[in-house]
Formats: sequence, structure tokens, C-alpha cells
Amino acid sequence: MKPAPFRYIAATSLAHALALKSEYGDEAKFLAGGQSLMPTMNFRLARPTVLIDINGIDELSAIHLSDTGPTRIGAVTRYRALERDAGIARIFPLIREALPEIAHPQIRNRGTIGGNLSHADPASEMPAVSVALQARLRLQSATQERWVAASDFFLGSLTTDLQFDEMLTEIELPPPNPRSGSCFMEIARRRGDFAIVGVAAMVTLDDNTQCTDVRLVFCGVGEMPVDSGEAASLLIGQIVTDDAICAVAASAQQMIDPGGSVHATADYQRHIAGVMAERALTTANRRARDGQ
Amino acid sequence: MDSDIHDITLTVNGTTYNGRVESRLLLSDFLRHDLKLAGTHVGCEHGVCGACTVLLDGEPVRSCLMLAVQANTHAISTIEGLTSPGGDYHPLQQAMHDHHGLQCGYCTPGILMTMTAFLDENASPSEEEVREALSGNLCRCTGYQNIVDAVMTAAARMRS
Repeated sequence: MKPAPFRYIAATSLAHALALKSEYGDEAKFLAGGQSLMPTMNFRLARPTVLIDINGIDELSAIHLSDTGPTRIGAVTRYRALERDAGIARIFPLIREALPEIAHPQIRNRGTIGGNLSHADPASEMPAVSVALQARLRLQSATQERWVAASDFFLGSLTTDLQFDEMLTEIELPPPNPRSGSCFMEIARRRGDFAIVGVAAMVTLDDNTQCTDVRLVFCGVGEMPVDSGEAASLLIGQIVTDDAICAVAASAQQMIDPGGSVHATADYQRHIAGVMAERALTTANRRARDGQ
Repeated sequence: MDSDIHDITLTVNGTTYNGRVESRLLLSDFLRHDLKLAGTHVGCEHGVCGACTVLLDGEPVRSCLMLAVQANTHAISTIEGLTSPGGDYHPLQQAMHDHHGLQCGYCTPGILMTMTAFLDENASPSEEEVREALSGNLCRCTGYQNIVDAVMTAAARMRS
């Protein structure tokens, strides 16, 4: 119940942190909020020999908001900072709605968006939200940087496209269409527990309230965020009706392959996913229509 | 591996401490074993139970999910600092006593640190908001109702 020995280095700058990671590779872990890494180290499921603390790097915790262009969020931005940011709540109501579902207040005071995405827990909310918002992720190493779409970043349970010498440093979110509405909802055994099923939905309408774009992404029902955009694309080009939403939910239900757990069987997860897809799309459509 | 040792300076309840810590020492263990401030309790050691909650620069956090070395230069508040210098209970401590908000008391320090910070931020909470704020602290004795009652009473007393 205590971590195995390791060497601790507090990085003084991003360049310093990346140089250390390049030097130590897979032996080293970045320490951001520590809300996933520290439990696994306390249980000795993770035994990094070097911990590179990136909490002191101020440039990684900045939020650059824009109503018309991309919004950029530094990877070490804490959930609580996002929760308190009125601009984030206004421009990305999907994030505002998802944040209270993430663990508990004490965890959100420390946990960071970049650490969460890099950890890639299949039940986690932000990976699904980042896919739904079509985020781009900035991955930097000591020698180069690249941008990866959130939909390409997650490769499996706790597995991402991050290479041994890279850090996720920034999350870039395109501005949502003005005529869009979103909804996040989740079922868990208790408030703050891991999601049995979570869903992020977003509907965009044109001036005739016809659907021009729709996103539907689940968490908790697969090895990584499950994008059911293909099922939802049935709504595009039409005025969204209850029947059409039911058809999408039924189709999404068939396309997901939940694993089941001690808290919920796979059948139950599939059932709940359909119900929640229906509710979330209905709410997102209403919000888009009513300009909320 | 040889021990990786760091010198740290931090304040706990307003008192400055210097420590020499191994990098893997958890903040919870540093408080309890090095500083002998055993009011911070250790339950699950993986961030679920909330018993070890302390304030880091005024914000409630799990001290079992932080390294002592990470607290360097920061201000920590623990249950030992909650009573006034004269020994008077914090209004929430008094309300917990009045409402029988604890039985075994193991979870209580974490709950007091979480909920006093919550009341500082939200002076007039609804019962639902109190339950949400309390959701990260497990209590196996009380069933929570008496704790919720205590927080509501403390909020009312602190407003008047």
C-alpha cells in the first residue's frame, strides 16, 4: 500500500520535463494530478523508477478561450479550474455538464485534463467528451511535436498513441457551431463512481431546424471511447423526430460491445446505453432548437 | 535502489516545518509519522474513502494521493488546526457533536476538512449540494443523514 522506491524530479520547464522523459523513456512517468497514477503506485501495479513532476510548469496550465477560433487548454489544467471557468461553461456546455460526473470534488481539485486523457481509462468521461468535441491533442517530445485527433489518440484500455518520449501538452477544441446543443449523462452505482455507461451527445441544426451534424460517443462500454457517430448520422439532413432518435439508439445499441462487470452485466449496459442515447440526443436536439 | 531524499519546507496549520523525506513518502504518512499529526486518518490509500482529506492551499485533496515532497513550499491545513487557538470548536465540529454526526469517528477528520472548505465557498447550500459535496467521503456508521443535518445546521449558524 506504499509506492516502491523511485527517483523524484520536479521539472522546472517543459523543455526540462521532455529532456528527462527522452533520457529515461518507459522507466519514467510524468506526475500531473496523480489521481490515477498514485493509486496504481500505492498498489504497486505501477513501479516507475523515475517520476517527473510537471505540476510546477505554469505554461501547461493555461486556458486560451475563443468563441470563434480554437480554444486551447493546457494539459495540467485541473478539473476544478475548468469547472470554475465561466468561458468554458459558456462555449462548451458539454464539458460543463460532464465535469460534475468526474469522481469527487477532492479528486477534481487535483486531477488534470491531460493526465486523464493520457491515462485513457475506458470508463472515464473526458476521453468521450474530447472525441465528441473533435479535439486535437498536441504531443510533444524533446525533438518534435505532432497533433493527433482525439479519435485517433485512444488505442485501447489504458493505451494511447503517446510514444515513450512524448507528453500530451495541450488540448485544442474547435468552436462548436452556434446552432448546436449538447448533453452529457452517466449512470454509476453511486455519484462519482466509475461510469457503467456514460454518453456525450451533440446535435447541430440549420435555420430550418434540420440536423446538419450529430455526435454520439459512449464511455464505459468498450476498451476506449466508443464513437457511434455512424449510427447517429441517420439524423443528418432531416428534422429530428422521436422516432428517428429511437432508431439511432437501437442501432447504437447493436453496434456497441460492452464487457460487463461486477456492477452491471453486458446486457444491462447495452440496454442502458440505448436508453441514455435516446435521452441525450433528445435533450441535445431540444437545446439546439431552443438555443440553449 | 538507494533512497531518494529531499529537503522540504511547508506550513501546516500556519506553522512552518522543515522535513527530510524519501521521495515515495506519502503526504498522509508525513503528517502522521514525521509531524505526529495523527488526526489525519488513512483508510483506503487509493483515493476512494476520503478519510485522509486535508486542505492544500485551501482546497480539499487526498493526502494519500500526494507525495510529501510535492507539498514543498505549500500550505497544508489539517483537522488539528480546525479549533480556534482558544480551543473552541469550529461551528461544524459543534454541529456534528449536537447531531450525533459521528460514531466511530474514523471518517470524521476527512469530512470536517471537506465540508468546512465547502461551507467557506457556499454559505447557503441546499441539502442536495451538501450530499454532493460529501460524496467523496465514506462513512460506514452513520448513514450520512446526521452528517448532512450537522452541515445544514453549521451553515445556518455560520450565517447568523
